[in-house]
Amino acid sequence: MSELALTLIRLAFLGLLWLFVLLTVLVLRKDLRQPAETRPTGRSRQPKAPKPAKVARQAKVRGTKLVVTEGPLTGTVIPLNTAQVTIGRAPDSTVVIEDDYASSRHARVYPSEGAWVVEDLGSTNGTWIDRTRITTPTVLPVGVPLRVGRTTLQLQR
Amino acid sequence: MSVGSQQLARRQPSRRGAELMLLGCAWALGVLGTLQVGWATGEGTPSRLWVTVGVVGALALVMHIVVRIKARYADPLLLPVATLLTILGLVMIYRIDVASAQRAERNSAPQPTPDVYAQLTWFAIAVVLFVAVLVLVKDHRRLQRYTYSFGLLGLLLLVLPLAPIIGTTVNGATLWVRIGGFSFQPAEAAKILLTLFFAGYLVVKRDSLALVRSKFLGLGFPQIRDLGPLFIAWVVSLGVLVFERDLGTSLLFFGLFITMLYIATQRRSWLILGSIFFAIGALLAYQFFDHVHNRVIVWLDPWSYADTSGYQIVQSLYGFANGGIMGAGLGQGFPNFVPFANTDFIVAAIGEELGLTGMFALLLLYAVLIERGLRTAVSVRDSFGQLLAAGLSITLALQVFVIVGGVTRLIPLTGLTTPFLSYGGSSLVANWVIVALLLRISDRARRPEIHQIDADDALTQVVRRV
Repeated sequence: MSELALTLIRLAFLGLLWLFVLLTVLVLRKDLRQPAETRPTGRSRQPKAPKPAKVARQAKVRGTKLVVTEGPLTGTVIPLNTAQVTIGRAPDSTVVIEDDYASSRHARVYPSEGAWVVEDLGSTNGTWIDRTRITTPTVLPVGVPLRVGRTTLQLQR
Repeated sequence: MSVGSQQLARRQPSRRGAELMLLGCAWALGVLGTLQVGWATGEGTPSRLWVTVGVVGALALVMHIVVRIKARYADPLLLPVATLLTILGLVMIYRIDVASAQRAERNSAPQPTPDVYAQLTWFAIAVVLFVAVLVLVKDHRRLQRYTYSFGLLGLLLLVLPLAPIIGTTVNGATLWVRIGGFSFQPAEAAKILLTLFFAGYLVVKRDSLALVRSKFLGLGFPQIRDLGPLFIAWVVSLGVLVFERDLGTSLLFFGLFITMLYIATQRRSWLILGSIFFAIGALLAYQFFDHVHNRVIVWLDPWSYADTSGYQIVQSLYGFANGGIMGAGLGQGFPNFVPFANTDFIVAAIGEELGLTGMFALLLLYAVLIERGLRTAVSVRDSFGQLLAAGLSITLALQVFVIVGGVTRLIPLTGLTTPFLSYGGSSLVANWVIVALLLRISDRARRPEIHQIDADDALTQVVRRV
């Protein structure tokens, strides 16, 4: 192997190594331009266009959204369709509340026979509809405060 | 409607194509490097080149496919960067094998067994474990359940080399376990297990550890009672230092625990306390242990000991000097002048043959790897995942800093392996498991649809801030 060829290969190797680094940087840069759904602020996702069938089912259930009226998450709106909503400190809950007075799996709200029903999931401090602590799954009327720890939610049409 | 949800209209691509392209690039670098070594050393095209290169390519492809299936949205850079580092390591180990063989030929000594095939076998084992982690650990949060089991197992593994019969002392450090003909360094596995333990423990305890009880010099210091874990970590790492004479591992564990404490509690006082404990430990070790004392003396003035304990580091520095800016070229340096050129001093060999240009590229690759890990930590939602990803990245960062710093005489030399590069199975396998765990967490972090409810995707609820 001639000296020149070896030098060329040597430079080619270093060039290719740096090309790899450069490509890496390009991928990094493209990544930075990605939508920020991985950031903590982007925890939600764009609602899918509701299918006609789903709309029909949704219409039967009274109340279309759960609004947080008190507590750290005040102003959060949870649109309700057909699935249950879990409330608690556990990171996989639908509504994650950072509150020492809430249990990790505190309560769930699910649709049943055209109404939204609240069930306490064995929480320490209880789930309250207005002034009553619920012990069995209870129908949540529209506009009545639902208290979980220091958070108050309200079912709205 | 917040800005966040508008951005969400765009879908997150999986970026697996970019990953495959980079993997191909890494593989091509490996082929070119191997050929260059063969040609420059006068060995000609290596006899088993295409088999070896084919195996490496197949292993990389297997990992890519598994990531595609099991962690579709995982970070696209972690896998190719780690693969390139492993490939560079293989090329360098092959290079040093050739050098040792040629030297043996000149001295008409028996031919040494080449290490590169052993390393390749270890790489295959690492890939098996990598796949196993991605397949078995479907959700990293499950790992939190076994916090204390991991902690106990980690500690057990840490003290395993001290056990009679199976524990083995190599070059003064007792960090090997030999069972049958098979030997490994349990500390490498312990490193991952203890990171898992620290993450799980700190998630639960971080509130009390973040409590400020007394103010001093404008910094809040924690309660004496809460110092317990810090103290235990300190004693354990000193114990490793005393009984196993393993400076690197003890440094790694203590550093890891301090940084994780800091990340979990966001209190700078832990860093200060940690540094104080570290200083005390370092002073004690310097005073009472010859091997630590020697390392420091050699670090301060290696040339006075150039023929004895400073031989390695002096040769390594000469290697760097010989390499210069552009390097001597693969196969054209003298990397085997440094004892243990393919383990502790592989960075010196790379510095000599690839030069400053190559070293910078190498360090950038490590930086990218660690940055992607830390970014995963920032973007994942659950605190356990955050701490785990941060801890794993910091394990890698500390290793790179300690060994590269040691080889370049920035800090006293400690025997740690260079992640992915060094010859040594336990370290390679352990670091690949770290990559697998990081990929698992980053898949969770980057996945566009976050499964919040057990019901199927279509029913996933939407939380919108108004």
